[in-house]
Amino acid sequence: MSVDDVGELDTASQAASTFGTNVTTTYDAKPTSRVLWVDRFLTFIRFVFILVISVGLLAFIAQQINPQNPFAQWINPDATGLTAAQFKGLLVTGLAQGAMYGLIALGYSMVYGVLGFINFAHGEVFMVGAMSGMITSNKLADAGLWEDAFLFCLLFIVVSSIVLSTATAVIMERIAYRPLRGAPRLIPLITSIGVSFFLQNVSVVLLGPGAKSYPALPSWLSQKRSLIGFQIEGTKLVVLLTAAVSMAGLWYLVERTKTGKAMRAVAEDKEIAALMGIDVNRIIVTTFAVGGAMAGVAGILWGILFRSVIHTTGFLPGIKAFSAAVVGGIGNLGGAMAGGLSLGAAEATAPLMLLEPLGVDGVSQLRDAVAFAVLIFVLLVRPSGLFGERLSEDERA
Amino acid sequence: MTATSNGTPTLEAPGLDWRRQIRFSLIGALSSAFIALAGMPVGLDRRNIIQPLLSMGYLSLLWVPFVLASLAGSQVVLEGMTERVRSSKDLVAGALVGLGSALGLVALMILVKNFNIRDPLVNWSPQLLDLLSFNRSAGLGMVFWIVLGTTLGLMGGAMHVVPTAVRSKTLTVLLSVLAVSVLETFITDLLKGFQLEIFTDFIYYKRGGLEIVGALLVAALAIVIPLLVGDRITVVRTRVREMPADERSRVNLILLLVGSALLLVLPFFLGKITNELLANVGLFVLLALGLNIVVGLAGILDLGYVAFFAVGGYTTAVLTSPNSPGFSPQLPWPVALIVVVVLTGLVGLFIGAPVIRMRGDYLAIVTLGFGEIIRLLFLSDWLSGWFGGAQGITNIPGVDVGFATVNGIDPRSVFLLVLVFSAIAIYISWRLEHSRIGRAWMAIREDEDVAEAMGVNTTNTKLMAFVVGAVLASFSGAIFSAKVGSIFPTSFLMLISIIILVVVIVGGMGNIVGVIVGALVLIGILGGPKQPGLLQEFSEFKLLIYGALLVWMMLKRPEGLVPNVRRSRELHQEEFLQDAWLKGEIDTDDEENPS
Repeated sequence: MSVDDVGELDTASQAASTFGTNVTTTYDAKPTSRVLWVDRFLTFIRFVFILVISVGLLAFIAQQINPQNPFAQWINPDATGLTAAQFKGLLVTGLAQGAMYGLIALGYSMVYGVLGFINFAHGEVFMVGAMSGMITSNKLADAGLWEDAFLFCLLFIVVSSIVLSTATAVIMERIAYRPLRGAPRLIPLITSIGVSFFLQNVSVVLLGPGAKSYPALPSWLSQKRSLIGFQIEGTKLVVLLTAAVSMAGLWYLVERTKTGKAMRAVAEDKEIAALMGIDVNRIIVTTFAVGGAMAGVAGILWGILFRSVIHTTGFLPGIKAFSAAVVGGIGNLGGAMAGGLSLGAAEATAPLMLLEPLGVDGVSQLRDAVAFAVLIFVLLVRPSGLFGERLSEDERA
Repeated sequence: MTATSNGTPTLEAPGLDWRRQIRFSLIGALSSAFIALAGMPVGLDRRNIIQPLLSMGYLSLLWVPFVLASLAGSQVVLEGMTERVRSSKDLVAGALVGLGSALGLVALMILVKNFNIRDPLVNWSPQLLDLLSFNRSAGLGMVFWIVLGTTLGLMGGAMHVVPTAVRSKTLTVLLSVLAVSVLETFITDLLKGFQLEIFTDFIYYKRGGLEIVGALLVAALAIVIPLLVGDRITVVRTRVREMPADERSRVNLILLLVGSALLLVLPFFLGKITNELLANVGLFVLLALGLNIVVGLAGILDLGYVAFFAVGGYTTAVLTSPNSPGFSPQLPWPVALIVVVVLTGLVGLFIGAPVIRMRGDYLAIVTLGFGEIIRLLFLSDWLSGWFGGAQGITNIPGVDVGFATVNGIDPRSVFLLVLVFSAIAIYISWRLEHSRIGRAWMAIREDEDVAEAMGVNTTNTKLMAFVVGAVLASFSGAIFSAKVGSIFPTSFLMLISIIILVVVIVGGMGNIVGVIVGALVLIGILGGPKQPGLLQEFSEFKLLIYGALLVWMMLKRPEGLVPNVRRSRELHQEEFLQDAWLKGEIDTDDEENPS
């Protein structure tokens, strides 16, 4: 091998000299450094990120040990610390929201795995689910069923919201994305931004611009119960349980059924899957439908948690869920759920655990900024996510 | 949508394509019902097009059968296929599609009459029913819609049967009547400046809209003027094109100078409202030119572009306003502008550096995140000591240019200032596009790996695009804060990034003229995120239309209204190659294979 290489090199340089070009002499000059200043700057940013996180955590630990601790006092003179109950409360809130993000993130992750583009409008599918839950639950409350037969009503609104958001996702795929298969990468992304904008404003013109509320939940549901040392509100318990059931259903579908096998095959390689007799179009529609159904469930969970929905409801949770999908490793379903939970927990606790000890005022306003910072941090430090991506060859490029 | 023929030209099977007709009828029915339920007919009814005959509200429904019927009959003629024979079947097809659309409305009317679901659907109102039944009985209204829909569908189908000359004349007449009616405020204002109110009083009704006589006059002019001018314009154009290079560039220069002189004089003939409108358009032209460099030339999808606008605006506010809470040097605007440009450039570098190595789609989301982070920081209590939090910064003095002060009270001066800066931005964009770095940007847009292999330093070049885009946005931000006089975090929502993106894409990515046209058409007519356009009645629906327009453009014409030649070739590369192959312009690989 080496002999051949040398021979080829020789002829190449001969050829170069016969054509009168001085290729070799330029290489004698000082070799240019491959480390650009951008790389140095990136290293610096990573370093600063990690420094801020560790100082914040240290200060938090210091103030937890004793708020009068000199280190904590030095960083933030007003350090007070959190009680265990406060911390547990934050964590549960974070996990409940995180479970919802995780359900939305599944849709992003599956579509990215199969088609290789970010379906920006997925957050709006979630919004459609929340809106449909608002409409049906209010109708049920008018009929007097909401208080009396709450569990039946919950099932009903979940099913109806799944139907509506699945339909939205499937129609969206048919009209906006199918004609763009094989278009340059950014084209479907821009289209999905347009779809997202359109759906938001469809909600404005059809249902009116103001915020709409869900009917009040039955009192037995909002009571706090203690469970393995945590005080959990019933609503959050319902959210966590619903998310767990949906996740288990999805896991069964993807890992144990024939459709799931076909979905995994299409995600791996569309052409080969088609050669194996899989109807790729049908599988892509199924992927959108399943993602839409999960977003529909998440929409109801949003309604139960916050009891208020507006046309922009889908935007921030959508972006955060995408962040969760990236954090967990895009294309990786378990990762999406884990990413959602960790993002929710980080978003709820980080302002008080990192920023408050650092002496930042009004930390709760910066919750959303923390979610975006997590996304940026993960992409800077470990772009393939915490649990690794699962993408086909051509989409990894 | 590619040709699947096996090489031999095929003729369309005779008869109607029933599936296509049914699909288009359904689309028509659903879109009519959606438009009605979205409240467009009721909301836009105030605006007249032709005084007693047609209002914008009815127009929002009437275009559906016409356009869909003509779309149902249209066919893209692919290379290697023969065109379908046009016949009376097109008329039948068009009428069917029109009928389908009308039936959608009829079904909606029956539902509205018998059920009440006004609770979730806000526009499910008796008002809508009255409007749809033309304030008569519902049954008469239904019959009327069926007749109207079928007729319009028939006309839409007829567009394919009549000779080309007739078709183009009809479309010219329709579009010019619509345009003259839509541009009413602008035309009235302009002619008032020239003391020609008699003309506008003659064609326009007092409370908006054309008079019937006016509409007929405009239609007549739309037919007569092209006949009078004839092909003189093309003659002149070919003569200019055949001139020697230096003479041609001299002609171009003279045209440019005359054009800019006219533009500079224009604001003095316009009223307050029009000047204000054009100043807003100019701010968006500046923003769109900046985003055009990032998205159009370098191919980086930056969704957080509003961040640079915000940094520009806030820096100007902090540096010039006496009310700035933390640091208030009260610099004069031009001095502040230098600091603003440098600082925004640095912010561009700072945001650009971490994201520049990411995949295109991750980059889009991360820049979006940066845009939101910057807005949240301006809004937060943490930094309210410098930026005033939700209260913002007020009392920004405006631009003192010696003989006058440019601020929001005098829109004319703002428009002039915007014009000057737009000229600078156009010059920068134009020079950069035709420079070494511009070619490097386009190379990166087409294929980053190949560009790198050709010796382009992709990282630095992409960062350069980011920084130039940021600087252009900072101009806009600086003028914005001087114009508005007070600045709040709510002025810098994510929405603005998306609207600028729509402007760039609808106008034509990578084309300076396209971007300006896009801003004029979209911001001028429909309006910006908070600024009203010429169609003020559209304010409820403009975001809906922006979204639909973005999707439609991406599906049907990704290169934009005024395309950049190279960009459109990139986007339609496969079709070009296929056509060339069918015409036998490129050799197939088969010849290399051993036979």
